[in-house]
Amino acid sequence: MTVDELQQLAVKEQEEKQRYKCCINICVATGCIMCGSDRVKEALEEAVKERGLEKEVLVKGVGCLGLCSAGPMIYIEPDGIIYHKVSPEDAPAIVQGLISTPVERLICSPEMPFFKRQVKIVMENSGIIDPERIEDYIAVGGYQGLVKVLTEMSPSEVIEEVTKSGLRGRGGAGYPTGLKWSTVAKANGARKFVVCNADEGDPGAYMDRTVLESDPHRVIEGMVIAAYAVGAQQGYIYVRAEYPLAIRRLRTAIRQAERLNLLGNNILGTTFSFHIELRIGAGAFVCGEETALIASIEGKRGTPRPRPPYPAEYGLWGYPTLINNVETFANIPAIIRNGGSWFAKIGTEKSKGTKVFALAGRVVNTGLIEVPMGITLREIVFDIGGGIPEGKKFKAVQTGGPSGGCIPEQFLDLPVDYESLTKVGSIMGSGGMIVMDETSCMVDVAKFFVEFCMSESCGKCVPCRVGTSHMYELLRRITNGIATTGDLELLEELCDLVKNASLCGLGQTAPNPVLSTLRYFRHEYEAHILDKNCPAGVCAIQRLEEVPA
Amino acid sequence: MPPALIERPRVAPPSDDKRWRIVEGTMRRHGYQPHALIETLHTVQETFGYIDEDAMRFVAQSLRVPLSQVYGVVTFYHFFTLKPQGEHICVVCLGTACYIKGAPQILEAIERTYGVQPGETTKDGKLSLLAARCLGACGLAPVAVFDGQVVGKLSPEDALKQIRRWENDDGR
Repeated sequence: MTVDELQQLAVKEQEEKQRYKCCINICVATGCIMCGSDRVKEALEEAVKERGLEKEVLVKGVGCLGLCSAGPMIYIEPDGIIYHKVSPEDAPAIVQGLISTPVERLICSPEMPFFKRQVKIVMENSGIIDPERIEDYIAVGGYQGLVKVLTEMSPSEVIEEVTKSGLRGRGGAGYPTGLKWSTVAKANGARKFVVCNADEGDPGAYMDRTVLESDPHRVIEGMVIAAYAVGAQQGYIYVRAEYPLAIRRLRTAIRQAERLNLLGNNILGTTFSFHIELRIGAGAFVCGEETALIASIEGKRGTPRPRPPYPAEYGLWGYPTLINNVETFANIPAIIRNGGSWFAKIGTEKSKGTKVFALAGRVVNTGLIEVPMGITLREIVFDIGGGIPEGKKFKAVQTGGPSGGCIPEQFLDLPVDYESLTKVGSIMGSGGMIVMDETSCMVDVAKFFVEFCMSESCGKCVPCRVGTSHMYELLRRITNGIATTGDLELLEELCDLVKNASLCGLGQTAPNPVLSTLRYFRHEYEAHILDKNCPAGVCAIQRLEEVPA
Repeated sequence: MPPALIERPRVAPPSDDKRWRIVEGTMRRHGYQPHALIETLHTVQETFGYIDEDAMRFVAQSLRVPLSQVYGVVTFYHFFTLKPQGEHICVVCLGTACYIKGAPQILEAIERTYGVQPGETTKDGKLSLLAARCLGACGLAPVAVFDGQVVGKLSPEDALKQIRRWENDDGR
């Protein structure tokens, strides 16, 4: 396929869509499928056929509409009506509603803050295009970034544009993407690789999976652009085995892109060639760390190695390798299409663009949101999230998963950006955001994360392997009510050691949940130790006489 | 990527079970290169349900990887299992969102009722109980998977009801 043919295909697809009077978009990402959206889709198709409207109404499976707790979700174009909690029995009424008035009891107002307060870049096509059809992606301007790069820009211009955008790695650490790209581009190597890190292991986070399920071509386009910029010929997407639907859609997407010559040899008739292969993870959290991920792609145990040398210079099989997160790559097509300075206008001074968060826990609207950097936590939890259910009191919000920390009420007006979150002892992380209310015990939460890090520790370095297990034991003593104040001191000392002496990010950040809860909720620890009482009533405190001597 | 190795004699599969051809297909597609180890093990587990010693020896010889390394990889990754699973599998998600919303109580109810710990199978081989790190369905927490069917917003009673359904089906 040539550039002209691609443009023709886009026009043809747009015309095709205009022949329909309206389009019923139903979410077919994992969350809604769990609520039965595939059955709703069948029922809708049936209902449309029954009324003989096949030529006027298109029923389409689309990506995530965001409000996962109210699935299955439906979005009607061009009316802009959003339905929630739809069941197969509602199908005839919904089709009838296209002709007469919409079904009042299912309507979910698009004016509610959950939808109004979001700014969509990464998720711009989510809920609009069919993730299993490349033509849908092309019709909304997909692969135009790639065309622009291949026809108008040199590799160094691409890197310059990305640098200008101020985009930072969305995997959590926030390393400037442009700088990483230019390091790989400058590195010497007979071959170079581009790797997409889709090993989203943080419990409570599912942004990357949703992006892959809703708009897989976006990630592929971002990778091809990156490969052109750094001079790579081969790419890998390392995705978790726990995400079967994302894997299936990625496989489909890669095949379709190869068929249209948007991947493979001589892309779009140019001299540039790039191939992508999938690598399926096997359930090891540590493989999200870049050197462990490389070991895993090479077919080995996923254990990290000391850096430097960084993968940018010495990566897969010793060749320079660019590793970026799914969301980072998904930002690239929009940056190239609209320009780096457009992207740099969104967000704060040091954190540009938007961030996708998985909002979950004790909050009314759980689901996936994309917000501009610099929005406050209060806006996220109380406006978009709709506050705490059952009239309970907000206690903390946890960001960054096992590497992050708990942020208490006094920081609710904190702007969400890399620096601010680090300053209060948490991290941006990959985007998990768990809201906790008064029924959560912070010591128990800290124990939960330490248990996670303990069992996910790869065992290579002693501070992490032994340190986390001792931290867990101390926390277990505290939650069982058999700890002394000396144990608390020991715990703090141990946190310091594990943080400073561990080999990789897993160990270095494992104490964060303990440190942040100790900082803001020390009284809860003390209540367990001194008063033998769990304020939230979660921990099963043993009475002293029951404890064997 | 390391260069592809030269022709080598074919390693005979452990048995004349036709399913070994699927495993060989995966290795062939990757040119019998050592880095295809994890991909091959995925195929073995998908095809046979678990990875036993015969399978490990076969894969090790075919890819020219030491058996110790194959064993190391199989035991390192949580996804691979050395033992066959029960007839029915129940996976309870223990991700943060599910944990906050009561997944430990669900797990405890199943443990108490059926006398199994996560990772174990009941003595009659009917039920395997597993705990997952995060299924990524946090919007619907707490969730569990019953034989591939994901169910959200569960209570301990709902979970037990789902498992009892299997017992009734088998009793017929």
